[in-house]
Amino acid sequence: MSEEKKKIMFTVRKAPHGSIYVYEGLEVKLIMAAYDADISVVFVDDGVFAVKQGQNTKALGIKGFAATYGALVDYEITKVFVDRQSMEERGMSEDDLLVIGEDEDTEEPIKPQVVDSDEIAAMMAEQHNILAF
Amino acid sequence: MKLAVCIYEGPYNHEASDTAYNFIQAALKRGHEFKGIFFYHDGVYNVTKLMEPPQDDRHIANRWSQLGATGIDIVVCIAAAKRRGIVDDVLVPNVRISGLGQLTMMAIEADRLVVFGD
Repeated sequence: MSEEKKKIMFTVRKAPHGSIYVYEGLEVKLIMAAYDADISVVFVDDGVFAVKQGQNTKALGIKGFAATYGALVDYEITKVFVDRQSMEERGMSEDDLLVIGEDEDTEEPIKPQVVDSDEIAAMMAEQHNILAF
Repeated sequence: MKLAVCIYEGPYNHEASDTAYNFIQAALKRGHEFKGIFFYHDGVYNVTKLMEPPQDDRHIANRWSQLGATGIDIVVCIAAAKRRGIVDDVLVPNVRISGLGQLTMMAIEADRLVVFGD
């Protein structure tokens, strides 16, 4: 590779249902993962609900997309973070998070990594570009 | 600076399209270069020629078309467009439908990708 990969971060700030931002935002991640960029995803604010396990959209009458997050690691999107404060403010704990893939060697399930706001800020400062959904 | 713009919201309903347009005009005056403008989510509605706003109001689609005529690449996301009934036939001139790969290239090539929307 001739030059360093561009760092592109996605922030997911909205609740997964009620608007289409998070769903269509997921489509962008899956496409961008196919390109030569260093992708990371951060769930903050109501966005943390998107990675809550056990979602069921049947009563909403819409197609759910939470299951697709289970393929993030398969898409080589492994830098997936959740803001600790946003999660705690909404009564969620690490146990509530869904699985985004499994470890190639150990087959252990991989979950998003819970991080503090200052770590997110530090990561943001390193990005080439940030896309918010 | 090399810039790119992504617009999430539909016309008239939300200020995002107007703010983005004004931002681009101001940035061009300051000598910045645009790698492209990308319409996503309901933003795809901004460039349909079927819109017919009152004559004493701005014509948002024509405005984008005129900007496209200056050579700036204006792209409508095909996935978002298909979902909303926006196809090639209804687009104003100087705008094209393409994939999210175009947004990816803008994000990689531009120094700043500026997103307008909620």
